Amino acid sequence: MLDGVYGLIHGFSVALQPSVLLWCVVGCFLGTIIGILPGLGPAATIAILLPLTFNMDPTGGIIMLAGIYYGAKYGGSTTSILLNMPGEASSVASCIDGYQMARKGRAGAALGIAAIASFVAGTFGIVILTLLAPPLAEFALRFSSPEFFALMVVGLSLVVLLAGDSKLKSLLSLIVGLWLTSIGTDLFTGQSRFTFGYSELVGGVEFMVIAVGVYAIAEVMSSVAAGEKTQLLPVPRGLRNYLPSREELKACRFAFVNGSIVGFFIGMLPGAASSVSSFVAYGIEKAVSKRKELFGKGAPEGLAAPEGANNADSSGAMLPLLTFGIPAGGSTAIMLSALILWGFRPGPLLIVESPDLFWGLVASMYIGNVVLLIMNLPLVPLFAQILRIPLGLLFPMILGVSIVGAYAVSGNLFDVTSLAFFGVLGYVMVLLGFPTAPLILGFVLGDSMERALRQSLSMSGGDPMILIDRPIAATFLVIALLILLSPLVGRLRRARSDVVTAP
Amino acid sequence: MKRSNLFGGDVISGALLAALGAYITLASDQWTIMAHDGPGPGFFPLIYGVILLVGSLALVLMGLFKGPAPREEPLDWAGIRKALGIWLVFALMIPVMKYFGFLIALAILIFFFLRAIYPWRLVPSIIASVLTPIGFFIIFPTLLHVELPVGAWTGF
Repeated sequence: MLDGVYGLIHGFSVALQPSVLLWCVVGCFLGTIIGILPGLGPAATIAILLPLTFNMDPTGGIIMLAGIYYGAKYGGSTTSILLNMPGEASSVASCIDGYQMARKGRAGAALGIAAIASFVAGTFGIVILTLLAPPLAEFALRFSSPEFFALMVVGLSLVVLLAGDSKLKSLLSLIVGLWLTSIGTDLFTGQSRFTFGYSELVGGVEFMVIAVGVYAIAEVMSSVAAGEKTQLLPVPRGLRNYLPSREELKACRFAFVNGSIVGFFIGMLPGAASSVSSFVAYGIEKAVSKRKELFGKGAPEGLAAPEGANNADSSGAMLPLLTFGIPAGGSTAIMLSALILWGFRPGPLLIVESPDLFWGLVASMYIGNVVLLIMNLPLVPLFAQILRIPLGLLFPMILGVSIVGAYAVSGNLFDVTSLAFFGVLGYVMVLLGFPTAPLILGFVLGDSMERALRQSLSMSGGDPMILIDRPIAATFLVIALLILLSPLVGRLRRARSDVVTAP
Repeated sequence: MKRSNLFGGDVISGALLAALGAYITLASDQWTIMAHDGPGPGFFPLIYGVILLVGSLALVLMGLFKGPAPREEPLDWAGIRKALGIWLVFALMIPVMKYFGFLIALAILIFFFLRAIYPWRLVPSIIASVLTPIGFFIIFPTLLHVELPVGAWTGF
């Protein structure tokens, strides 16, 4: 535990340097602004703004990306409360009671509760991250290729289980991601694979192009198809109007704890989107409440629980990214690719090899949370004005920024063409009920997974038993098997209870 | 099996993915699967290619034999047409960009949105279509030193 405390002290010495602090504030500010825009979630926001960090010092760059991540999550609540339009899936639960509060003239209090819940749960998550990261990274140092491969199988099994309504579609989406990452030159032999004769594909498909296409372009298309229109509720002025009443805060006490714990632990699971944590927290809050009848009619705790959860899960998602090098979702996948782009090796060695980056990032999360609380309460009226930007102007601007971002990666027009392809692919996937997160995670993990598998089999001379003979790898594979079989167990139980209850 | 299921999204997407799975499986067979020093470039694609093929065929079968979904919402074809329309214009931006530069292509895209999708009056549409690309020029190449695609004003 002391490792965490010493590390954190070092991290603050990095994060409080004026230039780094500035990037943290800029990230929070940009994240909040873009997060407020309807139709753009944290992953799309990070993907679009990623090129801005290319010329930056990596520590400042990743801290800015983390600020954007948190800021986008904060910003999403504003859209939910004032427009009843969730900026992203994790804000859907916040619409239920947040918008009702706003309609009753408590918009300021609702925005205040969202900010306080986000701050409390976000800080809780970062404390747990600080304490758990060093021992977990130390544990992961015992891993070799078979263990990493098995761990990735666990991660991807969770993605299949949790990412969408249909497990089969999640699996297929994941495999398409694995295939996309195979395009290009084979790492071991230099052989070209799946390049279809295009020299532009020899270097592989740019992750940034896939992320921006699948998230930003597809989200704009979905918003246009849904015919979204903005109708903003009145935004109160003056800080006093954003402070919830004592009764409202009292009602939210359990919600703050609930959102913090549920959010962090669900956030750690690969594939479990923020929407899962926010709905689980909302469900628990309603189940234990003594005033269930108020839920859906403007109960402050019905807003605090999901808002807290969707912020705590950001810290939860950072834990597997920073200790195992496994992203939990689209946003952390983009951060992983940024780290790799800057020459870092995300995983257990990150904490040892790059303590400035690791602890600077963790410390910046504490700072970012405070910055966001300070920024959000007095500046919400200003941020809310962004919602007055007409969508007809906003959407082509998003498309324009996406093109600039895709082009900035390689300076190649082929990537802009690929962007259009992945945009329509993302839209069609959403339309047909294929979740997009498994595709992104499959793409990000596919390369490491293939490398780990091939190295494992090379170590054993082609004998797959190496994955079972080693205890940690075998344990992970059993866990993965249990995860994949769990829907069958649930189905069997339901079938048995149907038989028992049948007349 | 209902005849309408034949043209359902699951069947069509499953068939396309099955074709992709078959292609991956066949392509991976052309590369080394297993050599004396371990797996070759075809090993991993072969595994996921087979899973993709089997999984996609399962999706096709499930799509063919599924019963009527409870209160399934009908597809909003008007919305889909609109989304594909803006995608088409977005895709056409790329050749336009190649010859006339990014800013002119962006101006056309904005004008299209403001006149065809979210109707504005003509004069404000023209003003917004001119001023927004200028804003891009100020923010990206001037302030952030981020290059605009192909060239700001012309494609050359």
